[in-house]
Amino acid sequence: MVEFAMYHAWIIPLLPALAFLGISLLTRPWPRLSAYLACGSMLVGFVFAASAAVGVFTDPELIEKPLVYAVRWFSMPGLFIEAGVQLDPTSTMMLVMVTLVGSLIFIYSIGYMHGDKGESTFFAYLSLFASMMLGLVISSNLLEMFLFWEGVGLCSYLLIGFWWHKISAREAAKKAFVTCRVADFGLLLGLISLYLVFGTLNIVELAEKIPGFPNTGLLLLLAVLVFLGPIGKSGQFPLHVWLPDAMEGPTPVSALIHAATMVVAGVYLVGRVLFLFAEVPAAMEMVAVVGGFTAFFAATIAIAQREIKRILAYSTISQIGYMMLALGVGSLSASMFHLWTHAYFKALLFLAAGSVLHALHDRADVWEMGGLVRKMPITTWTFVIASAAIAGIPPLSGFWSKDEILAMTLADGHPVLFLLASFTAFLTAFYMWRLTFLAFFGPENPENHPHESPPVMTVPLMLLAFFSVVVGWVGTPWWPFFGEWIRFGEVHHGANYLVMVSSTLLGVAGILLAWYIYHDDRTRAYALAERFKPVYKLLWHKYYIDELYLWFNHTFIDGAAKLLYLFDIYIVDGVIVNGIGFLTRFSGAVLRLGQTGQLQTYALVFFLGVLMLAVLLALGGSPAGLLTLLGGVK
Amino acid sequence: MSNPVVAVGLNHFIVLSALLFAVGLFGVLTKRNAVAVLICIELMLNAVNLNLVAVNKFITPTAFIGQVFAVFVITVAAAEVGVGLAIIIAIYRNRLTVNLDEFDWLKW
Repeated sequence: MVEFAMYHAWIIPLLPALAFLGISLLTRPWPRLSAYLACGSMLVGFVFAASAAVGVFTDPELIEKPLVYAVRWFSMPGLFIEAGVQLDPTSTMMLVMVTLVGSLIFIYSIGYMHGDKGESTFFAYLSLFASMMLGLVISSNLLEMFLFWEGVGLCSYLLIGFWWHKISAREAAKKAFVTCRVADFGLLLGLISLYLVFGTLNIVELAEKIPGFPNTGLLLLLAVLVFLGPIGKSGQFPLHVWLPDAMEGPTPVSALIHAATMVVAGVYLVGRVLFLFAEVPAAMEMVAVVGGFTAFFAATIAIAQREIKRILAYSTISQIGYMMLALGVGSLSASMFHLWTHAYFKALLFLAAGSVLHALHDRADVWEMGGLVRKMPITTWTFVIASAAIAGIPPLSGFWSKDEILAMTLADGHPVLFLLASFTAFLTAFYMWRLTFLAFFGPENPENHPHESPPVMTVPLMLLAFFSVVVGWVGTPWWPFFGEWIRFGEVHHGANYLVMVSSTLLGVAGILLAWYIYHDDRTRAYALAERFKPVYKLLWHKYYIDELYLWFNHTFIDGAAKLLYLFDIYIVDGVIVNGIGFLTRFSGAVLRLGQTGQLQTYALVFFLGVLMLAVLLALGGSPAGLLTLLGGVK
Repeated sequence: MSNPVVAVGLNHFIVLSALLFAVGLFGVLTKRNAVAVLICIELMLNAVNLNLVAVNKFITPTAFIGQVFAVFVITVAAAEVGVGLAIIIAIYRNRLTVNLDEFDWLKW
């Protein structure tokens, strides 16, 4: 089984793809059946992934030499593209994570989407998405990866706009798609350039060819182009704007796509081609700065937001910023470790938020919640566990991974980024617990009549809560199993107790501050917002970045469109199209005057023509040349 | 005083033929009467025949291409006159005139 799973890993993405086809073609009228089909495909996929993991994580050779098997995808002279599977600890970890978190979210969706008109369609899209994501993870070729990359983008579009009857959902779907497309254009350019320079897109071959490549300027350009894709897909500044709006989709979508799996595809891609970035210090610096800044930037926005999923969305952006920061300081281990732990607690946060929304009939403003702990204990306590995990409270999973990132940032010699990231850890704890206290504790809102969700939703919550506690234990400084298997370059050993203590203290301080401001009545919060009104407004409006983009759009894009519209109306239509018509009619009107109907006039013209030819011939023109002149064929 | 004897040569034929052709052409372009125009066309055709036969005689006396061609032209001319006269009669029955100036319904 282990051998089979390792050498047939392509089955894992194939299963949900088959579920997608099955639902689309056969079981669409029976939503229950569709749901079971989708969940079943994911669970079987998880079994396969786990079996493959058993094989991969017992074979240390795979760390340096991944298991690759590929077939020819297409070729022509000068172009040879393979499609295949690349199994190494990193991709196997992703396989396990996506199938496990995906399975739980799929099961949760059975309860969440129950009774929705498009339940079957929803599961079809979810399956297609899972298939694309798993394909992306195991791709051995960057073009193959790009195909799946666009596939998850498409599914993201479909799922965000799933409730298409809402204008906001439609707009959000378009925004997500267009924003990612802009970024993907850069990625595509990068891939084409990579092929032109190195003649291959196979990750393993690139990893052999790139180290030691003399032209670092060219490498920097390639790195920047490739990095554009992750900036869009992973919601890094300045292309993060689509991610918060993407919360218009059903909550399982937010959990699956916009927290746990798809948005980390960017991090994964950078991790996959880290050898390219590692060659150029400036590229690494760029990744680190973009990541660190995004982490801080999104955390500050999250402080002032009111919608529960929007806060979580900004927290996602911030956490992915952490992962990018870790990549930028050269630690694939720390980045992938945070990706691994983040997937569980962020999926849990979203699913618990979905449970709340389900109970409150889509009342999303945390200020209108409160006291939910009494009616929804399971949701509340699982959410609290996830909040503690993301705040970095030991020994929960988030603590270990965040600590690893902070320690690596300091060790790599980025004191400024380290301070920024530490402060972000404080902010993270603060805004997450602000949300927790506001929504789940304090006075109840009499307008709400919450009730606990059915077991099909709470059981995945509890399982995810369990994972949120334990998944960090595979990578503690005392037992760095994760770092030994998933790494780029040397193994990093040793615990930095200073960082550990300081990050814990910062997390606790954030929680305490949130408790002080938000735990009972809200007068302190209102006073604070009043006192720092300009700052609060700036954060509430998310630094006016959407407005800036809109302004840019209105001024430049629409302005250019207006100019081109005038060009189209007056030049293309007016001069060219109508001009040709006018010319034809005008010349016809003039020429028909020569058509007198008088035979003798015609005969005269005919004779003059013959005469002219005769004269030309007599003057020495060759008959052949003359015929050519008159339109004959040589 | 006696005129020197000049042999009739190719140039004489060509000049005669050109004159005949010019007369015919002038008639075709100026005559109002359709029958007269047909007659003038005959003149032009015969100018061409004269040319063909003369060139055959003076330049390629052993081959008979020119003469054969002239015979063809005569045949075709006979047919043309037949068709032409038939058309003219048809038009005359229709319009009661053979004046070419009034035959202008070929225009737009």
